[in-house]
Amino acid sequence: MEYRLKVPFSGDEIRNLKAGDKIFLSGTIYTARDAAHKRMDESLDKDGSLPFDIKGNVIYYMGPSPARPGKVIGSAGPTTASRMDIYTPRLLDLGLLGMIGKGKRSPEVHDAIVRNGAVYFAAIGGAGALLSRCIKKSEVIAYDDLGTEAVRKLTVEDFPCIVVTDPEGNTLY
Amino acid sequence: MTREVNVSEITEALAEMCIRANHFLSEDMKAALDKAAEKEGSALGKDILSQLQENLDIAGKDMIPICQDTGMAVVFLEIGQDVHLCGGNLEDAVNQGVSKGYTEGYLRKSVVNDPIIRENTGDNTPAVIHEKIVPGDKIKIILAPKGFGSENMSRIFMLKPAQGIEGVKKAILTAVKDAGPNACPPVVVGVGIGGDFEKCALLAKEALTRSTDERSPLRHIKELEEEMLEKINETGIGPGGLGGHITALAVNINTYPTHIAGLPVAVNICCHVNRHVSLTI
Ligand code: SF4
Repeated sequence: MEYRLKVPFSGDEIRNLKAGDKIFLSGTIYTARDAAHKRMDESLDKDGSLPFDIKGNVIYYMGPSPARPGKVIGSAGPTTASRMDIYTPRLLDLGLLGMIGKGKRSPEVHDAIVRNGAVYFAAIGGAGALLSRCIKKSEVIAYDDLGTEAVRKLTVEDFPCIVVTDPEGNTLY
Repeated sequence: MTREVNVSEITEALAEMCIRANHFLSEDMKAALDKAAEKEGSALGKDILSQLQENLDIAGKDMIPICQDTGMAVVFLEIGQDVHLCGGNLEDAVNQGVSKGYTEGYLRKSVVNDPIIRENTGDNTPAVIHEKIVPGDKIKIILAPKGFGSENMSRIFMLKPAQGIEGVKKAILTAVKDAGPNACPPVVVGVGIGGDFEKCALLAKEALTRSTDERSPLRHIKELEEEMLEKINETGIGPGGLGGHITALAVNINTYPTHIAGLPVAVNICCHVNRHVSLTI
């Protein structure tokens, strides 16, 4: 099935998604990859804070190439999700409802997806030029010193992805 | 007779090559993708392949890198023994070229200074540099920016001679299956067989810089390349790892003599963004 969904999620609209469904996301999503996840985890240890409200939100595992003058962003495709697995269950338990990446997840992430009624999407790996067209705004909101690995708030329109793990735990790969 | 080459020529050449490699794929890669899109039987797989074709078009037209992971710059230099390099240090010149290309070309800086401390160097240097001295008075530069989604899925197997060709086949299939969706299939599989531990890894990386439509000149290796491509495309991993027929576009195997006690096999996996450009000075 094909659906158009708004992000952030309330939780109800994703409950019936099935592995293999094609989704077009519009709204606000946040980028974070290896180094940003490590910092967010340390920040949670320290004072329980995160650089953005995680409830109902979607994290895109992505570090873009620099924007040319006049462009919103450079190439912007997904990175391998499994490198974030060690940090992910904690974020899901705090209210994260969606992740966009590529590749398989650990059993711990799988269980946390089901426990929290969340969803894991894949975007096409290596299609960063095409995907950049769906990104209408991009703003670094934390960890600027990490360069491409900083946390960015993105406004997306009809961002295409595929449900890999649905809230019931069915998996496409 | 020696020929003088100023290393600044290498800097300028590499800067341009970094930008070109990250926005345009070689003709053989483009043809392989076109053929794959035609042949793929699964509807989702076909859809993904056509989006990859569109991605390539956009990259070249709008000058947006094909993939955001513009790689670590791997540079092969074949230096003629009659060349006299002047004007500075060769490796500095290579790194200056990479720095210039990645900065002026709006390419991603993906290199950290120390594998443990991990601070970004800010200009994608240093490159990984392999030098070879060859006959003649020319310098051939091959640049192959390598993404790490697929690099991370690469493997080395130190097989026993008794495991023979069946062991080699199993090693290649294991690496590709374990890589699954992580390596951004359809992949190109570079294989090195023989040499020692580091030589076979280097053979595998060099195999990736070969054209995907050029088979090994050795008959038994050519047959192995063809058989492995078929076997890999029976795994069902498919484009994007989401199921389908086309899991690999090519299997390129390079070999070298080895020790009586060993059969090293390296499998260097590359995604469909298999970038390699070359230039002779
Ligand atoms: S594996 Fe290749 S296509 Fe995939 S993200 Fe890395 S460089 Fe890009």
